[in-house]
Amino acid sequence: MEYIDYYKILEIEKSATETDIKKAYRRLARKYHPDVNPNDENAKKKFQQINEANEVLSDPANRKKYDQYGKDWKHAEQFEKQNAQRGDPQGGFQGNNDFGENDFSDFFASMFGGGGGRSNRTKYRGQDSNAQLQLDIKDVYITKQQTLNINGKSIRINIPAGVENGQVIKLSGYGSAGANGGPNGDLFITFVINNNTKFKREGSHLYTTIDLDLYTALLGGDITIDTMNGQVKLPVKTETQAGTQVKLKGKGFPVYKKEGEFGDLFVTYKISLPTHLSEKEKELFKELANIRK
Amino acid sequence: METTNLLAVPKFCEVYNIELGFVNALHEHGLIELVILQNVQYVQHEHLRDLERLIRLHYDLEINMEGIDVIAHLLKRVEAMQEEMAILRNSQFIK
Repeated sequence: MEYIDYYKILEIEKSATETDIKKAYRRLARKYHPDVNPNDENAKKKFQQINEANEVLSDPANRKKYDQYGKDWKHAEQFEKQNAQRGDPQGGFQGNNDFGENDFSDFFASMFGGGGGRSNRTKYRGQDSNAQLQLDIKDVYITKQQTLNINGKSIRINIPAGVENGQVIKLSGYGSAGANGGPNGDLFITFVINNNTKFKREGSHLYTTIDLDLYTALLGGDITIDTMNGQVKLPVKTETQAGTQVKLKGKGFPVYKKEGEFGDLFVTYKISLPTHLSEKEKELFKELANIRK
Repeated sequence: METTNLLAVPKFCEVYNIELGFVNALHEHGLIELVILQNVQYVQHEHLRDLERLIRLHYDLEINMEGIDVIAHLLKRVEAMQEEMAILRNSQFIK
């Protein structure tokens, strides 16, 4: 993992006060907020960095760890525990930024680039990372491959059709780098599926409501409706009631990791009554009403 | 008018934990459209995204109403220009 200088990101000095940090964050957030930089991926990335920097530096405890341990600040507790086990009565080196060879073990010296030749090094597995991948529901209707840029590395992942919103996949070894030759952590990617369609998705089934005019509902007929993969003709039975639900088998969403298998599409009818009736129409409806009496 | 496409503003404010006065101020500045039915203000679903953006500008970035007004105006111009650029870029491939 590359060292990220949070002070540099927030454009502040290491001696910055909490107020300075807050001010810098607010200034940069206004500049790079995605809402004021539409469709600007660089601004979005920068905003994420600013947020990350602010989260660390605005918390005095995290800031202290970051100042002491740099990129490995998240391992601070592990390091301190390790130091305590080694018999250091101070329980670490809090409040001390002078990492001289004489005062600290090779373990810490190596972490901060100091000298030393002893080989007593403990390997630490890197931290697991989490990321979100935003996709449109149409993107996961078919199996596709997508290239992701993770910590400067391009990796191509297969996104099977039918992936669920909130589903998590693990990319082994793509998390934070391990310390002292330890293995990398894993990267967990959560899929966030945005659904801007007229279909409500529940697993592999889709649900939609369509307007049916009064006359088709009463007399029956054929209507054309939209599905995820195009339009289909749907026969409507005579005297169809409002709220009637029909099932279109296999017209739903792909079943996850079952190639060629689809859920169903459930269509609920909503009856639209005619408005702005003419005198003639009113007369005819009255006539109909009288017949029903 | 049906209310299926509408969200009552008091309910919206409750969910988003914002003051009703803020939504009214946005409306007065002409930044959002509200629908009034039987003395209840409603926001249309298609305007929710824009309203959420204005809320973030105010509450997250602490921008006052005048600032939001300017930003909203400039954003519209930016988005229109981005759209135009996209069309021009695409037209190069169509030829």
